[in-house]
Amino acid sequence: MSNLKKDSLFAGSVKDAAAGGLVALALFGMMIGMQADVATGLGGQLGINYRWGAVAIAVVIVFAGRLLLNLFVWKSDKPVTRTVGSLLPKASSFSGLGRFATPVFLVLAVVLPFLLTYFLGTRGSRQYLDLAILVTTYVMLGWGLNIVVGLAGLLDLGYVAFYAVGAYSYALLAQYFGFSFWVCLPLAGILAAFWGIILGFPVLRLRGDYLAIVTLAFGEIIRVVLLNWYDFTGGPDGLSNIPRPSFFGLDFERGEGNFADFFGLEYNSIHRIIFLYYVILAMALVTNLVTMRLRKLPIGRAWEALREDEIACRSLGINTTNTKLTAFALGAMFGGFAGSFFATRQGFISPESFTFMESAVILAIVVLGGLGSQIGVVIAAVVMIGGFEFFRGLEEYRMLVFGLLMVVIMVWRPRGLISVRTPSISLSGKAKGISADLVQEGHG
Amino acid sequence: MDYFLQQLINGVTLGSIYGLIAIGYTMVYGIIGMINFAHGDIFMVGSFIALILIVAFGITSSLPIVLLILALIGVLIVSMALTSVWGWTVERIAYRPLRGSFRLAPLITAIGASIALQNFVQISQGARNKPLQPLIPGGFTLTEGGADGSGFIVQLSYSQILIIVVTTVLMIGFTMLINKTSLGRAQRACEQDRKMASLLGINVDRTISLTFVMGAALASVAGLMFLLYYGVIDFYIGFLAGVKAFTAAVLGGIGSLPGAMLGGLLIGLIETFWSGYFSVEYKDVAAFSILAIVLIFMPEGLLGKPEVEKV
Repeated sequence: MSNLKKDSLFAGSVKDAAAGGLVALALFGMMIGMQADVATGLGGQLGINYRWGAVAIAVVIVFAGRLLLNLFVWKSDKPVTRTVGSLLPKASSFSGLGRFATPVFLVLAVVLPFLLTYFLGTRGSRQYLDLAILVTTYVMLGWGLNIVVGLAGLLDLGYVAFYAVGAYSYALLAQYFGFSFWVCLPLAGILAAFWGIILGFPVLRLRGDYLAIVTLAFGEIIRVVLLNWYDFTGGPDGLSNIPRPSFFGLDFERGEGNFADFFGLEYNSIHRIIFLYYVILAMALVTNLVTMRLRKLPIGRAWEALREDEIACRSLGINTTNTKLTAFALGAMFGGFAGSFFATRQGFISPESFTFMESAVILAIVVLGGLGSQIGVVIAAVVMIGGFEFFRGLEEYRMLVFGLLMVVIMVWRPRGLISVRTPSISLSGKAKGISADLVQEGHG
Repeated sequence: MDYFLQQLINGVTLGSIYGLIAIGYTMVYGIIGMINFAHGDIFMVGSFIALILIVAFGITSSLPIVLLILALIGVLIVSMALTSVWGWTVERIAYRPLRGSFRLAPLITAIGASIALQNFVQISQGARNKPLQPLIPGGFTLTEGGADGSGFIVQLSYSQILIIVVTTVLMIGFTMLINKTSLGRAQRACEQDRKMASLLGINVDRTISLTFVMGAALASVAGLMFLLYYGVIDFYIGFLAGVKAFTAAVLGGIGSLPGAMLGGLLIGLIETFWSGYFSVEYKDVAAFSILAIVLIFMPEGLLGKPEVEKV
């Protein structure tokens, strides 16, 4: 009997895998196999590069993958009812990670510049410090967006708009009024929050998916305006010569009365990099601290309640519009802070840095890390931003991997990699993490 | 006046393309209540498939007219079929496993699928523009400009006529399909009540898949039309066209087929008149602003039904 069953399982699996291979052939036959390109044609006309080998590889991968899955994982001749979910470990296997990883990450982040300069020397460590600054910037952006998406459950596809507002506020204030970074930082945050309120007020009454599209539209509007308002923003040329931040009035330049001179150190350009790293680290940690404290306030509890069930919130007398608006404005404010840091680090900004893809990257970090999980954002940012910097050659595949991972993670674990929910209040006084699998999914 | 007429012709042409894409959004929204964010990129894939077919078979404007028309019909059918497979695959991988999950989940996978498609095409086909020689040159000149250079020459090109005719035919056929066939009946039933429909023996999953397939097929027609009209495509066209077509669907009332066509026409007209009379740079801002304004002030659109939120 079992032999018969095995036969039918094998035959069914092969048939199913063959169907998968056929679909793959239809999908990739032209898109991979035939590349329309100008270079091979004559006189600027298009010609075709044929690459049948690549198609064959793709089809074989799909066929073999599907066959192996059918035979060994799904173990059924009718795999259509299963999803990727059954293939991978259950959510609870990561639940202890957050508690353990937090102090490790924190200590590592604080001592990182010293470790790097000690082991690699000042010249060798510069590249890694730059990378660390980049990753930390994304961590901060992720944490900011996490307030909006992770806690309040509002899908914001135009987060980069506030990043842009922050960056341009600082650059323009510095250019027209000569303000310094430390004066502009709070101003940039306030302006971004202000824009968040202006944009958020009319649209936050909309339902989740409409909200997503409208925020996307606003993000694009701000970018197009920045691009075309040539007299004010410099248009596509951007703004350059943005002043660098100072350390309590001490500049990081060579010469008398500057940082190195004041502390009796030998001048080294790495000082500024390390300083910038600590600035963004402090800003990110402040973002985290504020978020963690806010979670325990009534407003933070209202955010999370809103994420789980908006209608229940409304019937309990929570003003949903105000609650959403605070989340939106706070998220925007942190985006603005990060933006002004970005401007001062780069010394040059242009609308090119604030495209929809940037929003998508930040959103991907939040989604992959776990909606509402702070440590998840860190892990996702380190892996996704840091990881790809190490594989330079694969740079062009980055967004493809981001997109595919967004799909896979959502299908596998809709609440993200670190999907533990720590209640902000509990009866016994000691809050314990709850796996998101146990939480009833609401509709927001 | 002549200038106005020219803008009107251009606007209707562009509007037909947007209308074709908007149908995909509106059908999917009607049946499963989600925004298929990747639909714009399905349109882009359709456009690329058409381009590859045209280049590979060496279809140029020098072919005799009958042969050219037959070849284009062949390209249309093949690219509709292949693009449908893409639409079906996206639904199967990214949306079906999440049916019944929380509301943001399918939206996030949709964005993921959109990013993945865009970058897949960028990698496999290259990031550069793909210019195509005009396939259907020429047209009618409706009004001659004055001999001294005054006045405005109004032209109605053959490709514009082709686009408008094909769109009209497809839309009529499509409306028939929804209103008269059993598949259309099943779709309308699923739209009203999925559970009840499945109790009455309708294969809901299959119906939803077919909806995606139909949407993708229409998007691929739009892709071919876009290619014929503009003569140049790249991997990024799906984003803007997608947002504008979505605006069209919302403007017309999401979930309503005539609404999608009407909305498409309106958005096409608004965009061309805006660029004709105000500024070309801000034409995308115009479309985006309309989207925001419509959603805020009349979320049910022109022909849609007001939506009741159920607990």
